[in-house]
Amino acid sequence: MSEFTLRLRRYDPESGGAPYWEEHTIDLEPHRSVLEGILQCKARFDGSIGIRCSCRAAICGSCGVRINGDPDLACHTHLDRAKKHSKDGVIEVEPMGNMPVIKDLIVDMETVHWKKIRRVTPWLIAKQPVPEREYIVPREAMVDVTQSMACIQCGACVSDCLSMEVDPEFIGPAALAKAYRFVGDPRDDQHFERLKDLAEDTHGIYDCTHCFACIDACPKGVAPMSQIMRLRRLAGNDFKIEDRNNGERHEAAFVSLVKQYGLLNEAELLPRSYGGDSPLAKFKPSVAAEMASTLPAIARALLRRKVTPAAVLKPHKLAKEDRDQVKRIYDEVEGREQRDEFNIYITGRDEDR
Amino acid sequence: MPAHDVLIIGAGLAGQRAALAAAETGASVAIMSKVHPVRSHSVAAAGGINAAIAIDDDWTEHAYDTVKGSDFLGDQDAIEIMCSEAPGEAMHLEHIGVTFHRNEKGELDLRAFGGASKKRTAYVADITGQAILHVLYEQLMRHHDAVERFEEWFATSLILDDDGNCAGAVARDIRSGAMEIFNAKSVILASGGNGQCYKPTTNALICTGDGIAQAYAIGCPLMDMEMVQYHPTTLAENGFLITEGARGEGAHLLNSEGRRFMEDYAPNKMELASRDVVSRAEQTEINEGRGVGPDGQGIYLDITVVPKKRVLEALREIVNIGRDFAGTDITREPIMIRPGQHYIMGGVKTDVDGRTPITGLYAAGEVACVSVHGGNRLGANSLLDTLIFGRRSGEDAARRGREMAMPHTPVARLHEDAAMIGEIMDRPREGRRISEIKDELGATMNEYVAVYRDEDGLEKAHEIIHRLQDEAASAYVDDRGSVFNQDVLGAIELRYMLDCAEATIVSAIDRKESRGAQFRLDHPERHDEQWLKHINVTRGADGEPEISYSPVTITQWQPEVRKY
Repeated sequence: MSEFTLRLRRYDPESGGAPYWEEHTIDLEPHRSVLEGILQCKARFDGSIGIRCSCRAAICGSCGVRINGDPDLACHTHLDRAKKHSKDGVIEVEPMGNMPVIKDLIVDMETVHWKKIRRVTPWLIAKQPVPEREYIVPREAMVDVTQSMACIQCGACVSDCLSMEVDPEFIGPAALAKAYRFVGDPRDDQHFERLKDLAEDTHGIYDCTHCFACIDACPKGVAPMSQIMRLRRLAGNDFKIEDRNNGERHEAAFVSLVKQYGLLNEAELLPRSYGGDSPLAKFKPSVAAEMASTLPAIARALLRRKVTPAAVLKPHKLAKEDRDQVKRIYDEVEGREQRDEFNIYITGRDEDR
Repeated sequence: MPAHDVLIIGAGLAGQRAALAAAETGASVAIMSKVHPVRSHSVAAAGGINAAIAIDDDWTEHAYDTVKGSDFLGDQDAIEIMCSEAPGEAMHLEHIGVTFHRNEKGELDLRAFGGASKKRTAYVADITGQAILHVLYEQLMRHHDAVERFEEWFATSLILDDDGNCAGAVARDIRSGAMEIFNAKSVILASGGNGQCYKPTTNALICTGDGIAQAYAIGCPLMDMEMVQYHPTTLAENGFLITEGARGEGAHLLNSEGRRFMEDYAPNKMELASRDVVSRAEQTEINEGRGVGPDGQGIYLDITVVPKKRVLEALREIVNIGRDFAGTDITREPIMIRPGQHYIMGGVKTDVDGRTPITGLYAAGEVACVSVHGGNRLGANSLLDTLIFGRRSGEDAARRGREMAMPHTPVARLHEDAAMIGEIMDRPREGRRISEIKDELGATMNEYVAVYRDEDGLEKAHEIIHRLQDEAASAYVDDRGSVFNQDVLGAIELRYMLDCAEATIVSAIDRKESRGAQFRLDHPERHDEQWLKHINVTRGADGEPEISYSPVTITQWQPEVRKY
């Protein structure tokens, strides 16, 4: 047994008062979970502490919270590890972000998380005719979608999605991972329609800023951002969906610029994103209007010296031998017959190897 | 007040399947659960679902395995229905989107499971329950106009009309604290089991026997309550489940001598004998000093014999559980397990359409006892039970709704329940804490009403439960608020659990033989002549449990000596 002190964020909607912090000290073995710590607080000191919880084993998805500022399931975080990562030896537990708080550690998932889930048409639209027995589909395809099927809808990724903080209408990591579960399912009849919908929506797949926060947050290894990137690759590369957000061209511009220069050439990025993947893109008449709309962004980039007039005329690039190395990576990846996709059900996690 | 043809309480597999089946026929349906539907305990079912879909398999073999697994206490007419309808149900699940794993030909793959004579368990890695639950919820979202959802509502009572028929329920909106009467032509209980009577248990904190106690309170009989399953592989330290799928994939059980001791108990099926047999074998090894671990209270489950690639794709969840909750890498070393409470075979007595003896009240899933599991449930038969009898209940309740007018629902119960909650909140801050009483209940059940039982222990447990019932009546709560008052719900759940525990104990005392999960050290033999019958428990006029008996239905399989 060891002593641990928990600092819980309390909020009583009926009191009319503001949220406040409250500390309790409990005794448990160090490898017991923060949830067990909170349940001990409830049992011994104050039964009014509100937290959703049920299975205690990271499968029901009820107890999503922030521990020392980071989202996780309370049942999935050991007390000793939480203490080690605390700022002052006290384990701080507060409700998840991006969702309104109902009481104490309980947030309103319905109006944010579930609404977004419903946005992606979250059911199979089965190919017709329905066979008498099972659909015959590749073995690998079903193992593959298991990773997104493993999502327990806990909301940890939604809690800390940076894009959602800026754009509350962003469909978000959990719902887009759910979308991949259908796009990756060979029995579904609407792959193109689903992808086009999610690519065209300004709050869709190209609204993700690739920050990895959802991958860090997910307690189940669903890696929502990886699923979003797969949706992009399917939409852009395989279905050639040219979306009105320039998402597909923007990504293509990234890829070819790095291939050409070994580094990103910021001055070329926007013209190519609008005009297409060519050095002459910026001279297309159709690009002018769109480019003009980005002048404020360009001005900010100049101010912050992300772009300099000199760099526009003479782009920075890596030395020849380094560029060759980069090109070798491109040749290797582009030379593969199939895209390699990371999937814990197939390759395991890094630490499993 | 909300009024529906069918009101379903509980939104796990049985409840959601019932809702979809009833809605499909055009009935107006409401589904209510004290948690969001995807938090239901069905989510924890790992290993798979049984269905005789292989070319060389036949549902009668599945039925025989189930009858034998039940130690001949299962009702064979119900088992025949469940097993013969299983392949159709599995295909239905596949068609609506469950991502069942495939073999090299792209057909449903099947894995071995305990007590089965063939490989007949369809699966999604080791998250089968989760996958099916989430797919059913997808369908509920799809059919949102046909099924009204009341998520995070807590049912407090079932309501009988003046004719003694079930006509609805009283419930509390957890988010606001508002109480409401739900009027319904039929009510389907699908609120799960009462595993929280035990500590440790594999069951979630929500498994508090609510529906069992609510049905019992209005005079409905409970059947087979003495039959409590201990799962052979639960984490030694905290009781978390390690799926039977691990043994299905080939994992071994080892004692302190490093020996596969199951050869002494079940030389043919070894680790894949039925669960009661394996759990007893483990407990015997532990009791005779061949357990492992610092206190000798564990057994090793060796999964390292399963190829790593297979573990990653088919047993991913227990890799996580081993790493996160036991600090064990199951791909490299054995993990310490022991038998732990997992499932109750008993429950609210129903017929094969989910109908209880109270008109208008149905039950399906773990809350119910059809009885398809009898003395011992086979692994991967519980998901099947929830889906088959959930669907049949939904269909029958919908049919009944077409033939009748909306009954009159007395409102008195609403005021009584509001007063009951008021009384709990007003209790003086003396007496015991709810958590203490619950802990003592769990420890008592796990000590005296476990794998091995005897009269003295059971009587002692009964005395303790009586005392705890008294203490529970005055246990106080800290939370006096309306919004998400989990404290007051905990007080009500505690009362439910104590009722369930008492029904289990009096049944276990009454059954003076050993059959299935009930092993009486003082009556170690099975006695078909005297005890091939179901024990029914009903609440008597004085509030005390009364015992009666009902026959076991036998169609084509006569009782025989059970060997694995």
